[in-house]
Amino acid sequence: MLLEIRGLGKRFGGLDAVKNVDLDVQEGQITAVIGPNGAGKSTLFNLIHGFYRPTAGTVSFNGRDITQSSPHSSVNGGIARTFQTTHLFDDSTLLENVLAGRIVRSKSNVFDAIFHTPRHRRESALNHDKALEALEFCGVAEFRHDLASNVPQEVQKRTAVAMALATEPELMLLDEPAGGIPEEETTDFGNLIRSLPSRGVSVLLVEHKMSMIMDLADTILVLDHGQKLAIGSPAEIQSNPDVIRAYLGSTKDEEN
Amino acid sequence: MSALKNPRIIGTLAVLLIIALTPVAFGDENYIMRVITVGLCSAIAVYGMNIILGFTGQLSLAQGGFFGIGAYTVGLLTTDFDWSFWQAFLVGVVGTSAIGYLSGLIALRTKDEYFAIFTMAIGFIIYLTISRWEAVTHAHSGVNNVKFPEAGDIVDFSNPTVMFYLVFIILLICVYITYAIRRSSVGRTLLTIRTSEDLADAIGVNVGLSKQLAFAASAFFGGIGGGLYASVVGFIGPDAATVDKTFEFLMFILVGGMGTVAGPLVGTMIVTFLFELFQDFQAYRFIVLGPIIIALVIFAPRGIVGYLGGFIDKRARNRRIGSAHKDGTAQSHSTAEANGTATPDDSVRADNTADSDGSTRPGTAERRETAADTITTEDEEK
Repeated sequence: MLLEIRGLGKRFGGLDAVKNVDLDVQEGQITAVIGPNGAGKSTLFNLIHGFYRPTAGTVSFNGRDITQSSPHSSVNGGIARTFQTTHLFDDSTLLENVLAGRIVRSKSNVFDAIFHTPRHRRESALNHDKALEALEFCGVAEFRHDLASNVPQEVQKRTAVAMALATEPELMLLDEPAGGIPEEETTDFGNLIRSLPSRGVSVLLVEHKMSMIMDLADTILVLDHGQKLAIGSPAEIQSNPDVIRAYLGSTKDEEN
Repeated sequence: MSALKNPRIIGTLAVLLIIALTPVAFGDENYIMRVITVGLCSAIAVYGMNIILGFTGQLSLAQGGFFGIGAYTVGLLTTDFDWSFWQAFLVGVVGTSAIGYLSGLIALRTKDEYFAIFTMAIGFIIYLTISRWEAVTHAHSGVNNVKFPEAGDIVDFSNPTVMFYLVFIILLICVYITYAIRRSSVGRTLLTIRTSEDLADAIGVNVGLSKQLAFAASAFFGGIGGGLYASVVGFIGPDAATVDKTFEFLMFILVGGMGTVAGPLVGTMIVTFLFELFQDFQAYRFIVLGPIIIALVIFAPRGIVGYLGGFIDKRARNRRIGSAHKDGTAQSHSTAEANGTATPDDSVRADNTADSDGSTRPGTAERRETAADTITTEDEEK
């Protein structure tokens, strides 16, 4: 099992944002988390990645307990993430953005830079190649010299994925990766996500676009009020009466 | 070596050359040589501020204090304890870095304006210690006859021109270190922190440790500058460590340009020159200098070097657009779709003039100006 979440909980004051959540993410799969607004999806991501410290439960990744680890060590261990509101370095080019994702895999230090050691040169070249490859994989290499703030929303979203890819993750947490993308482009974007497991990157996904989720996900976890409502394949979820009542029946396809 | 075609590098080298030649013009004027050499010592400390403020985006106001620690370590060890300059200098620099690192452990628990206030307090504590602890520092009577560096019979450091070149060579090393950091992944790490700590954290940057090292590095440069300063002027008093000193450094870096390689040196030399020019006005010189600095901040918020850098980028971009049109490589980017449509050219060298990317969206010109200073692409040119 790639990621194992057991009894995970987070209390803010008297409110349980996430309560007693179990989830297994299998290698090579796309796992989706859905639920109404405020169901605790983003909180769950923040708990996994280490932005929040859980108040209960454990998270283990590749058999290693990472419940208390900080975001940078999660990334180092192989978990990358993107944010709900696209986070990029706005006044840098796309290439520079993705190069920033290479920092975590760079071993050369300030002395390598000062003395221009072979290791530094090798690593600079490697970082450059890897960054470019990630941009190409995400289909935005032609924009590499453009500033992040100057490219369309969809290109920004793809660049965020490229930046996460550049950290060489085994698991990628995508928080509404297709949010703000026009409906007609979500199929293309879905194809990008679908191609991630073939690179050895498993995916944990929060998304509101139901058609996209049903199309992509191998397993779906439904959260409601911070708790697990159901878990199963898209077909099982679609026919689950609890889910229909809490979520699908009332808000289907209406968001974004 | 495309480096010699880069206008930024040419500009920096030109500035260094001009400064290297000042003894030819003023070699006989001891006073002028001393003013310039003291300016270079300050510039070294300003390079330290450039790392923590310019690159990492943390406003540290302890730099004057670190300068003072470096100066007083060299001053006291070479006089009261009769050490050689070099031993004292080594201890001074290592000691200042260590104090910087330790105070950083606490200071970096705070953020933004709290960090600025906290570091100002550190600077003030250092100043108070120096100006009140009479038994050790002689307080306001200061330290007299700080030794010149020893060099056997090879050169005579009591000669202002020789001393100038010693400081100048050490400054060159600082400029080079700044340049090397800026174009490496270390510099990229610091710049990501400056832009967004949360995003830096999310892409695996150890924000706390990086800030810690940047703060220690700024103290390291402060210690070097202070240690040399003590030897250059021969007499030091508590004013070497005042908070005013910090704000002087801050003014130097603002005028020159934060986060640039040449900025600290250019800013320090220009403001030092202005200080001297208005010296007759004494305390009132700020009435004249103030408006000049306000004008600079309004019209060139990225400092003189940042302002010139903008011109360089604009010109390079126009040339690229021009040559791309001539070659007929301009192509439409209206479709931006689908995996793997990346053009196979992929020679993304910065000096590749026929790069089609720059050709079709001249509208990006203004924004791109700011980019070059933010995160460097110089890695690409190797």
